[in-house]
Amino acid sequence: MTIQFNDETFRGDYTFKNSGWALKRFPFPFHEDSYMYSVNMEQHKGGPAGSIYEKRFDVDEHYLSEMRDRAEVLKEDPLRCQSLPNMTLAGWDLLELIMVSKSEDYPDMFELQRKGDKWRWINKPMEIDDSFTFLDEATLPYGPMEYITRQTQGDFVVLDQRDENLWMDAGMVTTQADWSLDFDIGMNFFEWHAPVPKAHEMGIFVRALKFLLNVQQGAPARRLNWTMTVNPLLDTSPENYHKWGTQKRTVTADNIGEKQFLRVELQTFFRLPRSNALVFPIRCYLASFNDLMTVPKWGRRLHRVIRDLPEELATYKGFIDNRPMMLDYLSKFDDGKPTSNGIWPDRETEPLRD
Amino acid sequence: MSGSEKINVEVSKIIPLNNLVTRFEFKRIDGELFPTFSGGAHTIVEMKDGGIIRRNPYSLMSDPMDQHSYAISVRRDDEGRGGSLFMHNSLQVGDDMVLSYPVNLFSLDLRAKKHLMIAGGIGITPFMAQIKQLDRSQGNWELHYSARSPSLSAYADELLTMHPNNVHMYYDSENKSIDLENLLDGQPLGTHLYICGPKGMIDWAVGQAVNLGWPSEAIHYEEFLAPKPGKPFQVMLLASDKLVSVGENESLLEAIEREGVDAPYLCRGGACGQCETTVIESDGEFIHMDHWLEDEEKLSRKKIMPCVSRFDGKTLVLDR
Repeated sequence: MTIQFNDETFRGDYTFKNSGWALKRFPFPFHEDSYMYSVNMEQHKGGPAGSIYEKRFDVDEHYLSEMRDRAEVLKEDPLRCQSLPNMTLAGWDLLELIMVSKSEDYPDMFELQRKGDKWRWINKPMEIDDSFTFLDEATLPYGPMEYITRQTQGDFVVLDQRDENLWMDAGMVTTQADWSLDFDIGMNFFEWHAPVPKAHEMGIFVRALKFLLNVQQGAPARRLNWTMTVNPLLDTSPENYHKWGTQKRTVTADNIGEKQFLRVELQTFFRLPRSNALVFPIRCYLASFNDLMTVPKWGRRLHRVIRDLPEELATYKGFIDNRPMMLDYLSKFDDGKPTSNGIWPDRETEPLRD
Repeated sequence: MSGSEKINVEVSKIIPLNNLVTRFEFKRIDGELFPTFSGGAHTIVEMKDGGIIRRNPYSLMSDPMDQHSYAISVRRDDEGRGGSLFMHNSLQVGDDMVLSYPVNLFSLDLRAKKHLMIAGGIGITPFMAQIKQLDRSQGNWELHYSARSPSLSAYADELLTMHPNNVHMYYDSENKSIDLENLLDGQPLGTHLYICGPKGMIDWAVGQAVNLGWPSEAIHYEEFLAPKPGKPFQVMLLASDKLVSVGENESLLEAIEREGVDAPYLCRGGACGQCETTVIESDGEFIHMDHWLEDEEKLSRKKIMPCVSRFDGKTLVLDR
């Protein structure tokens, strides 16, 4: 296999780490020195070789450990995975989309054999080899959405499309930036976005919904979103806030470089053909401040973005209290030099250490 | 880019069903599988009719599970702009065509406890795919299909043979019509109503359901809106700096495309909203034909849907 999987944890002793390879392909989310909301959508049709955009569902060195963490979360709280009765067909759509994509994109790791509705799925990294009947739930150990998302990195929200709106009627959500599927299930697009500051006034959601309703089969879309997380914790859920919220107070000037993580979500959108539903995979990538500062462009830019971010956004993203400490740290990496446009490191002028 | 992804196909079968309706089947040229789709989806068929490219939407009516071929059924419209006449008179088995990926603006609400379908004439086509989809999931459905006469009721025999208990036929020639009031009144809670047919039928059925207190979320309809021919007119495209003449038998959107201007579209039938265009200046009368703009937007003279709507007057300037 081409990927060496890490054996690491996202809780307790937090042994999560990025290799040089993972850091090089980290989706740094700021294409300029400031940040404001926008409907920053683009087509999800591949990207630079080796980048997280290249494949439809990116698999990286954290795969096996993330799947172990998901199983732990589900064991403690099965409501992290829910599917209303109208969404079963969409679950099969998602299973088909992921199995076909992964077997085509990573033939060395995943294999899908289909004879009519008799399917065999081989997931080599997870040592799974299952035969089942497509569209027959009784032949799988879980519902189709749960089955495949226990084997795929990232959260998955499956949206029913009706009445000119999108409805959060199914999902697998264990690596979320402080929101709850159990709370949002059944809500429409405007209802579940109600807590987001500023964006409503800016008309962002009306435009975003219009865009999403028109995402077509064969033409998936993507965008990046971001927030901050203390410790490499995937499950920053409201349900467990009492466990992780207090960790924000453990950051000090001495440990901030290793404890503070930039959390980036690669959000993609695919029209599901059989159900006409929309799936919204939210893939979380974490990188510590220390690691990010090894790329000079990112160091300069992160300082400027965090410094100039409106107060409401820093509050909403949950780091307003720690912002002064972040800026003390980050300012040391900002020499005031200009930065180039775009999210990629300037490899020609400032080669990455391998 | 406008429209959705494209698929290159060749015509594999042409099957006349009656005096007016012909079924066309397509195979992919690259030998790959077709995308699956959801019942109610349509495809945009691109026709190379002499020097012009026509793009007409037709409901996919093959089995959504069948990825080896797509099928549509086309009713010949002798008064239309020529798309259906081209399909009927010029198309041969083996001809190359371009289809769009499926787009669904008339999808089933899978929360429904029961799907009640009302079809008029060629409006039967989206239900053919929906019925196949529902059969596979043991869905609860009932079809009331009205046609001019038994000889003009495409697929009625097939439907009656396969689903004798779910299909009810009504023929104008026998003076039978759907007793909608009683039908709607007797439905179990959680029933969703789907209507596809001519405009008069949709207005009538939606009106009845609303009068009986049906929630709007439970009423779904798709009207087969073909752009109508009309008087030629001129339009100024300001952003592209082009003066375009719209002919009698082409739509405003087709004329814009003919001039090489890339304009957005999806359904080409006045329903999806994609081609909405801002009017900068106008002196004359708008002929709004779409279902998209609200009445006040139509009165405002600020918006037009070029896929189906026209203009009659001295000056029309668009932001395109």
